[in-house]
Amino acid sequence: MKFVLPAVAATATLLSPVLAEARQVTFETTLKPYGGNGAYLVLYVTDAAGAYKGTLWMAGGKAKYYRHLSDWQRASGGRPAEIDGITGASVGSGKTLKITLDLADAMIDAGYQVHVDTAVEDGMDNPSEVVAPLAASASGKPLAGKGYVKSFTVTF
Amino acid sequence: MLRRLHGLPGIALALALAVTALTGAVLSVQPALDRAAAPAIPAASSVADLAAQVAARHPGVSAIRLRADGSLTAAFDDGDTRGVERIDPATGAGLGPYAVSETTRFFTNLHRSFLAGDAGRVAAAIGALAMLGVSVSGLMLLARRLGGAGALLRPIRGTPAQRWHGELGRLAAVGLIMSSLTGLWMWAGTFGLLPETTGANSAVAASGGAPAPVGTLTGLRALKLKDLRELTFPDPAGPADVFTLVTADGERLVDAATGATLAMTPATALERMNDLVRMLHTGRGAWVLGLLLGLASAAVPVLAATGFALWLRRRAARPRISANVPVRRADTVILVGSEGNSTWGFAGTLHTALVAAGHKVHTAAMNDVTAAHLSAPRVLVLAATYGEGTAPQSAKHFLSRLAGLPGQPAVAVLGFGDRSFPHFCRFARAVADALEARGCPQLLPMKRIDRRSAQEFAQWGRDLGGALGHDLVLTHVAEPPKTMPLVLAGRELYGEAVGAPVAILRFQAPADPRTGAPGRLPTFEAGDLVGIVPPGDYMPRFYSLASSTRDGVLEICVRLRADGLCSTFLHELAPGASIDAFIRENPAFRPAKGRGPLILIGAGAGIGPLAGFVRANAAGRPVHLYWGGRSAASDFLYEHELAQHLAERRLTTLRTAFSRDPEGSAYVQDRIAADAPRLRELVKQGAQILVCGGRDMAEAVTRALEPVVRPLGLDLPALKSSGRYVEDVY
Repeated sequence: MKFVLPAVAATATLLSPVLAEARQVTFETTLKPYGGNGAYLVLYVTDAAGAYKGTLWMAGGKAKYYRHLSDWQRASGGRPAEIDGITGASVGSGKTLKITLDLADAMIDAGYQVHVDTAVEDGMDNPSEVVAPLAASASGKPLAGKGYVKSFTVTF
Repeated sequence: MLRRLHGLPGIALALALAVTALTGAVLSVQPALDRAAAPAIPAASSVADLAAQVAARHPGVSAIRLRADGSLTAAFDDGDTRGVERIDPATGAGLGPYAVSETTRFFTNLHRSFLAGDAGRVAAAIGALAMLGVSVSGLMLLARRLGGAGALLRPIRGTPAQRWHGELGRLAAVGLIMSSLTGLWMWAGTFGLLPETTGANSAVAASGGAPAPVGTLTGLRALKLKDLRELTFPDPAGPADVFTLVTADGERLVDAATGATLAMTPATALERMNDLVRMLHTGRGAWVLGLLLGLASAAVPVLAATGFALWLRRRAARPRISANVPVRRADTVILVGSEGNSTWGFAGTLHTALVAAGHKVHTAAMNDVTAAHLSAPRVLVLAATYGEGTAPQSAKHFLSRLAGLPGQPAVAVLGFGDRSFPHFCRFARAVADALEARGCPQLLPMKRIDRRSAQEFAQWGRDLGGALGHDLVLTHVAEPPKTMPLVLAGRELYGEAVGAPVAILRFQAPADPRTGAPGRLPTFEAGDLVGIVPPGDYMPRFYSLASSTRDGVLEICVRLRADGLCSTFLHELAPGASIDAFIRENPAFRPAKGRGPLILIGAGAGIGPLAGFVRANAAGRPVHLYWGGRSAASDFLYEHELAQHLAERRLTTLRTAFSRDPEGSAYVQDRIAADAPRLRELVKQGAQILVCGGRDMAEAVTRALEPVVRPLGLDLPALKSSGRYVEDVY
């Protein structure tokens, strides 16, 4: 799956208004074959101090389940505006979510981190099951999650 | 209109509904299994005790849930191991990982969304809406058929398909209405159409002290484990050290250091409603209800199949009325009261001729009359008369419905009947009188048509054309019923000595000319009717059947009538000769199911179907036969067979009366009067009375039976309406 984010996204702060100052970043999340209904997962960014900066993507369309993504819920306040226009379908067991977007240069190698929260109906809630640095040195290196994420790779 | 509302979605969505309903039925068993499997929760244990026991094993426990299916689970992340496990409520010990079985998950998704995501969920919701519509309209149709909402629990009579559809539908409707309503509510919640409930106000200040052992916290000690929904432990990385405790009555925040309850947000009415709806829909937490709902759902495929069969039969029974404009646009409405479908045929001819003359015509059954029909400028009523001058099948409720509706259209009533019967066109007369009493202007005086005379019908058409101011030519060609040939295989003649010949005739299907194999009889039961069309005539005569298909013969009793075209033809029939015949079901005249006693009363050739009922009584239920003939020596029909039935207990007692025997001339009603105490006892035990024979006998029997049942606080009309007194009178 490839998504081009609309300019009105709530995460505009993270994205570069001018493409020259931006780099294309690909986030690839592959889930374990856990055998259950589609997983809700959300990708969001915190700064070096751990403060929430914005959401990159919400996989899963029903707001009533967002409370199970508890770290994101707490950090972002769970406001609909945070994920306006950057919401897609939930991700099935063993499937991969791949999103590509242009991040401002200032976001990279500046202590920012990408978090992934996951949750599955009748299963586990995994807040921040992956926390990956937005650093060029980590590019292409897969990380395993604690819960449903088999591998999470950020590629610059 | 109601019928259309019931039928269209019913047929269009039968398959989808069957999938949703059957998966629902499968899922409904789960709560009962879960309840059997889930360990009981000790009444005394508190949330704090269990939380302490679990925390001792899993330092990284994040939440404990008491799920709707009765299982207690804990989610934990101990660093090296993580997961959700089932917990023994008594000891806090782990009982293995918690997982919803693949099968349950598959059925749940099939049930919710046909395995097709959000689009499938929408389809399932449309299915639920249709289910709601079909259930409600079905109940309304049934109420209308049984005579009002108060009569919904009365016994249902009719063909097997009608009975199954009605009985099952009546039982299942309540469950189906509840399932579809609650399903729609849950769907609305999933799609965010219901207001979101907000969690507890988390802006409370925790004491910030060092966390105390969870078992000591008063806020958790105060709550019984059985009332728990969910206990969320403080997030080690989180800002506030509070436990979140969700119960049916709301959400509490408990300080991890002091154990004080910092805040309590009561459950909103909406949350309580959601809980109730979820329980009603899934049966989780109410397993008996779940099973009942499952049974109701399991009935859906049967209802779909029988409903489809009924629809096909109705379609086949009615001539296609082409160019039937919606009633609101019609300038002429034709209302049809028909028992079989011959009157529909006349209506079709009239409809076509009026459309050709430039009218906008709407044709409907008299039972379906609404205010819209009566607001048309003119209404033409074509009404047959059934049996004792009563309303035919498609007009049974016309007069009672008419009374409650407004409208005074110009009317013309045309009655169909048989002049040789008393009460010729009596029902049409009653309709004409009722319309006149409303003050409806008459287009034409009421006219009666004898034995489907095409000439009389054409004459009425000319008169109607005169009233409408244009030519109207009605050329009606009656559609002959589809007949099959039958061959006379045997005959026994009785009653010649007393000048009243009665023949028992047995027919078989003609053998296959190529193979010589015996042919197959149509499907019928004793008490059904065979229509026989004598050569050179088009009017079938009906005879009650004395046998069933499984007897291998089609058997009737025919009395020779002085100027009877058909009875003369049948009496002169030589063995091997063939007739043209067709079967008409007569489900109203059949022994009720079960083992209750039967009282069979007949005279003359009326013994035919009664003998058939006795013959079919293999189960040996109590059967008492009263029959009247003329002479024991000459016309004692079935004498030897009945003796055998008595010996083999298929017949309990036989009382005969012979009107021309020198010693003790009597009629069957005399035997009834003499046996009054015994008959009263039988009726008290719930006996069903079946009467077959001529009109005069039936009236005499009615008079004799009234005093029999009156002391029981019963009367024959009441017994008739409950199906315990049925007649086949000719």
